[in-house]
Amino acid sequence: MTQGFLSKNPSVLWFLAILGLFTVVVTVLAEATGIGLLSTSFIKTLGKTLCLCLIAVAMDVVWGYCGILSLGHFAFFGIGGYAIGMWLMYARTEIIVTESLAAAAIPPTPSEIENAIGTQIFGVVGSSDFPALWAFSDSLFLQLLMVVLVPGLLALVFGWLAFRSRVTGVYLSILTQAMTLALSLYLFQNDSGLRGNNGLSGLQNLPGLEDTPQSVVSIGFFWASALALAMGYVLFAWVVSGKMGSVIRGIRDNESRVRFLGYHVESYKLFVFTLTAIVSGIAGALYYPQAGIINPAEIAPIASIYLAVWVAIGGRGRLYGAVIGAAFVSLLSSWFTGGGAPSIPLGFYTINWTDWWLVLLGLSFVLVTLFAPKGIGGLFDYITINRAPQRVGDFGPDKGALRREEGQQEPEERRP
Amino acid sequence: MLRALLFALALCICLPSARAQQSGGETLQSVLQRHAEEVADPGRRSVGTVIEDLVASGLPGVSEFLERWQNKGVFVRESDGLFFYAEPQGNGYALTDISTLEPAGTASDMTEIRPNGGVRRVIGAALVQFQLSDPDRARRVAALDAIERSPDADQIDPLTQSIENEPDPAIKRRKERLAGNLAARFADTTEERVAAIERLSSELDVQTRSVLNLVLASTARAAPSLPEDANIARVLTPGTDITEAEAYARLVAADLAPPAASPDQIKALLTSNIVDGRVGGVPVGQLNTDDGRARAYAALIDDVDTDVPALVTNETRAAALSNHVFFEEYAEPDPAITDAARAALDEVEARVARNQMLDISLDALSLASIYFLAAIGLAVTFGVMGVINMAHGEFIMMGAYTGYVVQQIIPDYTASLLVALPLAFAVTFAAGVAMERLVIRHLYHRPLETLLATFGISIALQQLAKNIFGTQARPLTSPGWLDGAWVINDVVQIANIRIAIFVLALLFLGLILFILNKTRLGLEVRAVTQNPGMAASMGINPGRINMLTFGMGSGIAGIAGVAIGLYAKVTSEMGADYIVQSFMTVVVGGVGNVWGTLAGATLIGGLQKGIEWFNPSNTLAAQTYMILFIILFIQFRPKGIVALKGRAAGD
Repeated sequence: MTQGFLSKNPSVLWFLAILGLFTVVVTVLAEATGIGLLSTSFIKTLGKTLCLCLIAVAMDVVWGYCGILSLGHFAFFGIGGYAIGMWLMYARTEIIVTESLAAAAIPPTPSEIENAIGTQIFGVVGSSDFPALWAFSDSLFLQLLMVVLVPGLLALVFGWLAFRSRVTGVYLSILTQAMTLALSLYLFQNDSGLRGNNGLSGLQNLPGLEDTPQSVVSIGFFWASALALAMGYVLFAWVVSGKMGSVIRGIRDNESRVRFLGYHVESYKLFVFTLTAIVSGIAGALYYPQAGIINPAEIAPIASIYLAVWVAIGGRGRLYGAVIGAAFVSLLSSWFTGGGAPSIPLGFYTINWTDWWLVLLGLSFVLVTLFAPKGIGGLFDYITINRAPQRVGDFGPDKGALRREEGQQEPEERRP
Repeated sequence: MLRALLFALALCICLPSARAQQSGGETLQSVLQRHAEEVADPGRRSVGTVIEDLVASGLPGVSEFLERWQNKGVFVRESDGLFFYAEPQGNGYALTDISTLEPAGTASDMTEIRPNGGVRRVIGAALVQFQLSDPDRARRVAALDAIERSPDADQIDPLTQSIENEPDPAIKRRKERLAGNLAARFADTTEERVAAIERLSSELDVQTRSVLNLVLASTARAAPSLPEDANIARVLTPGTDITEAEAYARLVAADLAPPAASPDQIKALLTSNIVDGRVGGVPVGQLNTDDGRARAYAALIDDVDTDVPALVTNETRAAALSNHVFFEEYAEPDPAITDAARAALDEVEARVARNQMLDISLDALSLASIYFLAAIGLAVTFGVMGVINMAHGEFIMMGAYTGYVVQQIIPDYTASLLVALPLAFAVTFAAGVAMERLVIRHLYHRPLETLLATFGISIALQQLAKNIFGTQARPLTSPGWLDGAWVINDVVQIANIRIAIFVLALLFLGLILFILNKTRLGLEVRAVTQNPGMAASMGINPGRINMLTFGMGSGIAGIAGVAIGLYAKVTSEMGADYIVQSFMTVVVGGVGNVWGTLAGATLIGGLQKGIEWFNPSNTLAAQTYMILFIILFIQFRPKGIVALKGRAAGD
């Protein structure tokens, strides 16, 4: 137990090195800071992908390590996006409105400014009043606080309710999915105060930075996303290592036994659930200014299931697996759906990948689940030198505690 | 005059024979000749006297004549000015005598009489009275429609008199109702009207409600004090019943207070009076507050000679409001009538509310049966086998598309439905069995991964359906005998298709219960559910049973798809719309129990409709609150409504 955190988890260093290298390469190739080989929109795509990698890491911790298949983490992601989007939209509209009112002969009163902003923002849903939800939207600091607090509190309350009544397994998945559905249905209403299905738009224009070209903004966000991913990765690597990590993995493998060992399972689960929700919120807050628009469809339950798909394809139970899965599938998906993949003429029918990509994804997902439960990350097992595990006394006296392979319960009886 | 005319009409209706005799030697032609000029070129004003005289004559052909006159079927012969009904024949016209309706030879010098629109309406109004007793049922109905469109005090008597001889019970009932409505509004004495209004209180149709509301029509007024003679509906308090701004606007409208300058008016005046960077002595820079603007404005109206409204401060407004009373006054001056109408309306509305409750309950029942149909297959696979099938919604979709394809081949809707139901079952049964063998069988000990793998299948199937059938919705037309609705009264009604779905749901409930409890297969299914190892040692093949169970659950999903497709559109995303609700139904109801699914569906359907009742315009909100309720419900009954007990409950 004298070893340091990094020496016990060499993959963290590797990951940070690769991420750093990637950031440097992209910076050199970018328009604003380098030779301009990569377009601004591609930088944005890369930045967004890094945010998706961050939420995938969070998802991996909650699912791959703690065994909670949450189908609600994209809701937290969306909440983070909405929280930052409210400030972006308010601040930018305020600047525009103040400018246009300043041109009038008489200086505007504060209430006139607020009414004008309200009309500008909510005119699209036929309203001009600020809902109570927007009370803090004029303050960047408070909205940033919301990015962390709202997903955190929602996850805390929901998790507390769910875990204390011992809702587990698929029930919990369905319950989190229901929560996501409820949230997206709520946001779809015009009178929810968040512009209904129009969502928030124009988020790529940062208030106060009108003169800065998007190429600079995009590389800035790219760095921020890379930094967030690095920090998130280290945070989660630390959470899932050591004694706490063992308990968390124990909960995944057999919750009742961990409970009987005297650990307060609910607290661990609640901690993991809330922490990952907060990180998801932060990822969302970085993602949506790069995407430029957020609407309730982004929060729909399907998005959270896709998140699980990425993690599963990348490989659960290893943080870099989640990153690989998210980056690989989301980039591949935009390549296929964006028309990048060439169509395959079969003579009688032409396979157009914009139509058939989802079929391919669905089927390959089934195949991965069936035949390669370790996902892409499992490939690394082949190249890793098989060192003896640095664990002492891990195998208990009972054969039921034996895990020849981590995460795989030994078959208790042979089925006929 | 019109009243007298209509009264005459009424007399004419009840005493046609007597009047005919009295008229002696007069014929229709002679009456018309007396008004030859007005008949040939009728004007809106002059036509009244003609009709009056015609009706007073009491001749039997009057109604016929009026109708032909209205429809441009009356001609005048140029040579002698006589009127005829005429039909074009060859170069001339075949004539019919107006008085005797016998052929009167042919002629060519005929001029068609073309009454203008206004005249035709007057004729039409007169005709209504005849039509009320017309032997043709459709025309009596048309006459009643006409009265309903423009009710009038003069119609009471002819309507009342036509009731007695009405042969059709439905029309008779309608006439009675209409006469009651007219009496409530237009009868001569207070007693009559109150009696009519009291009779209305046992109705619940929209018309009765609108009649009562018309009697209770009121206008909003403001006055320094409550007038003594006015029939006051209610007194309004500014701030609670109406906003202060509204109340002040009423005072202004009633000339009881000076109009207040709106912020826009203030701004406009200030803007047009900027002198050297100051307005009314106030620097422009200080005009960014309401207070600063008020000072500048007050200074301005003293200096500038304009007719702009004065600035009304909050204090003066409050004073003006407190010095006046605001009330609603009935248009009807007699309080006895308004009181009776109010009581009747309350009673009617209470009855309407009770019926609406019944209607909502029926709706809820129908929604519950849809959820039940969608979820029962899932209850079998998820509940009995513990396998979570995210592709269940896509099986529903598959069933619906099967129905659509069958309808393309078999054009007869009834026959195609009879083919589609078993075919949908077969198709989805096969798909379910294939899925169980190929995928699920390998994941029995990894339930979370079953969820994900079936989700993969679900997105693949959904996209496949999109590629094959396109993104637009496909219709699945229900046969004619399922169209329409079962109408109980004006408030309560339910579409036949929903009744059919309810019956189908009941049928499947019975079928599933029978299979699970009374057949060999059901016995084996229950055995495998409880203990696969023990069941296997008893000679049951758990693999086969699991396969059949899964196929059965999927097959029912297919049939549910046909049923759902009949009342909603068939799209590739229709399954996804039901999947979460279906899971909710199973989880809320309690896993592993058909009765639980029934209870869950009833609860969710009832809940959703119940919430919609409070806020009918917003189904999204209803769904949101319903899901929140379910999340809370799971807290208190994590195992659902019907929880398994003992060993069967597993962990």
